[in-house]
Amino acid sequence: MTTTLDSIMDNQNPIVGIGAIDCDVHIRSPNQADLMPFLDDYWQDMFPYRGIDEMELTSAPHMSRHFNRAGAVGGGAQSPKELAENLLDPLQLSAAIVSVVNAAQAIYDPYLATAMCQAINKWIVAEWLDKEPRLRASLVVPFQYPEKAVEEIQKYANDSRFVQILAITGGENPLGKRMYWPIYKAASDAGMALSIHPASAYRHSPTASGYPSYLVEQQVSWVQSFGSQMTSLLTEGVMTEFSDMKIVMAETGVAWYFGLSWRIAKDWRGVRVEMPWINESPEKILERSIRMTIAPFDAPPNPDDGQMVIDCIGSADMLLYSSDYPHDYKDVLGAWPAAIPTQHVQKICIDNILATYPRLKV
Amino acid sequence: MSETTLEKPKTGFKPATYTPTEGKLGIVCCDIHPGFTTKDELGKFMPLRWREHVKDYGIRTSNPFVGALPYPRMGHGMRQDSYPPEGGAPASSLSFMQEQLLDPLNIEFGLLHALNAGPAAVNLELGAAVCTAVNDWQIDKWLSKDTRLKGGIAVAQDDAISSVAEIERMANDERFVQIAMVPRSIESMGRMRYWPIYEAAEALGLPIGVHTAGYGTHANGSGGWGSFYMEEHCGFANPAQTVIVSMIFEGVFERFPKLKLIVVEGGFGWLAPLMWRMDREWERMKDEVPHVKKKPSEYVKNNIWLTTQPVEEPPNVRHMTPLLEWIGHDKLLFSTDYPHWDFDHPDRAFRVPIAPELKQGILRNNAISVYGLT
Repeated sequence: MTTTLDSIMDNQNPIVGIGAIDCDVHIRSPNQADLMPFLDDYWQDMFPYRGIDEMELTSAPHMSRHFNRAGAVGGGAQSPKELAENLLDPLQLSAAIVSVVNAAQAIYDPYLATAMCQAINKWIVAEWLDKEPRLRASLVVPFQYPEKAVEEIQKYANDSRFVQILAITGGENPLGKRMYWPIYKAASDAGMALSIHPASAYRHSPTASGYPSYLVEQQVSWVQSFGSQMTSLLTEGVMTEFSDMKIVMAETGVAWYFGLSWRIAKDWRGVRVEMPWINESPEKILERSIRMTIAPFDAPPNPDDGQMVIDCIGSADMLLYSSDYPHDYKDVLGAWPAAIPTQHVQKICIDNILATYPRLKV
Repeated sequence: MSETTLEKPKTGFKPATYTPTEGKLGIVCCDIHPGFTTKDELGKFMPLRWREHVKDYGIRTSNPFVGALPYPRMGHGMRQDSYPPEGGAPASSLSFMQEQLLDPLNIEFGLLHALNAGPAAVNLELGAAVCTAVNDWQIDKWLSKDTRLKGGIAVAQDDAISSVAEIERMANDERFVQIAMVPRSIESMGRMRYWPIYEAAEALGLPIGVHTAGYGTHANGSGGWGSFYMEEHCGFANPAQTVIVSMIFEGVFERFPKLKLIVVEGGFGWLAPLMWRMDREWERMKDEVPHVKKKPSEYVKNNIWLTTQPVEEPPNVRHMTPLLEWIGHDKLLFSTDYPHWDFDHPDRAFRVPIAPELKQGILRNNAISVYGLT
């Protein structure tokens, strides 16, 4: 059965009622008052004393209009109740993976970063996971302090509601670097995926050519950072060393992937002597490791070409359903992208997701 | 920016041989990198003041290493058969370039991109002197010797005033067919500091040719500096995209609607998804950029072209066909990137059937028309 454009216009969203899983949902960034109960004495003194409050990233400003659908504020759901009413119930989702994307992974002080990540995770448990059984979450870990990131993963190894660890596309160093491998070892041991989300710590400019004047340019250019991270994780050997750990690229636009994967595979054939540990053609490794959420989906002007885009990528097996709630794409919330044939609904909304997240049971 | 290495690395590669493609229509190669026969070759085109300066202080750029590339390349990144028999760097001998490239491939016009430290020099005055020398060197060594070769006016683009002066100095020499810029200077190319260059370019009818780069002042993407040359090389596609995004969204083509931009050596596999993405994000965020009046892909259609090398190679070759259709065959200008290792041969670069007139467009006619080559 294929969905026609008309049925989408009629809001007959093919995902409704099948128990779909939403892999990219934003919840608000907790503020100082939210985190205080989850901080130790020292940080309970320091947060007010040093004015540490909601840590919003310049690269992903929560208040920006394009992050907020009509009625939404703060770039993320404000409460589990809001999520249930606006997203989980109307789309009849069986589960949704929520993420806090804020400055916890961008803070310079590794001890503060650790305290903040620990407090955010506790807040996610208390205020979200314990209150709404359909929710799953991304664990925030301090990439600035890998030993503590490992501890944080191990602490939640038995709480299967955390199904992945979160990284931002623009951190201090490319994600493939050796210093981060203990984090991947711990995540892999726990069965967690690595999710990479657009956001930058601004250690480096958003593009290789500096800071653009406009946010829309940065928004367009995230694909370059995803590309660099993908190349890094491949060439350094993370994808082959931790071949069970899926790498979920969230909110990327998807279509960029094919041009770069073709280029990577070609380049590898020319310069593979530089990385003798990669002895399988990269497109195979990438196809095994990389998963991408489908909102937004950078689609060709003719939706009939959508299947060809998927063919160019490799297969629909790499795609995971997402709404990117509450970001505003000027369409119906959670709408199935018109360019993706509905024959892939079951895979993209359920099967691929369960295969990506061994900890996720519905 | 390039590092000149005159000696061939010790390997067992045998020279490639090509049969002259007799009877075929000529082609235009839009990216040839001429080299130096001797290391101090550029010096004689520089005034004494700067020759002395370079001798005593060198040419400082954002490259952390002196006389070496940040990511050392296999075989210096060169085709191993391209070292001229009489010595010197690859593509440093006109006669050998004629014998190996121009004649057998039936190249009607070859556009030079003389990679040089001028645009990257942190001393802008020195950078301008290097660019001036590179332009005079192009005439002396290449343009005056073989009429098939066409030059690009090198400019120290971070100093728009000297750049415009240099453009005006060279503008009457029709052997120069474009202004050569780099995508990874101090700011991205759409920023207003570069607009005087675009104003001059538009007024003179000279396209801007931007040769992509794997390294520069800023890390490649927001995630930092990678470890490997392979990352650098895959990253060539990033600044190529940023040039387009920046010049469209910062309003360059609204202000200079006749300006032509040619993005060189970034490949093109990313262009279709980039157009879709730019259009989608523009629909969503256009109130931030009221000066961008049209859909971004419209500016691509009107103002922007790409050279083809390195042609992306889909695992299923047939996927090249939809890609070409999404982009539009008329947007692509063939290039070999001679003498670099990832050279594309016109007979082998596209492994799918392309209608003869469209292929002839990519290999020749599009470039003839965009550059007005005669």
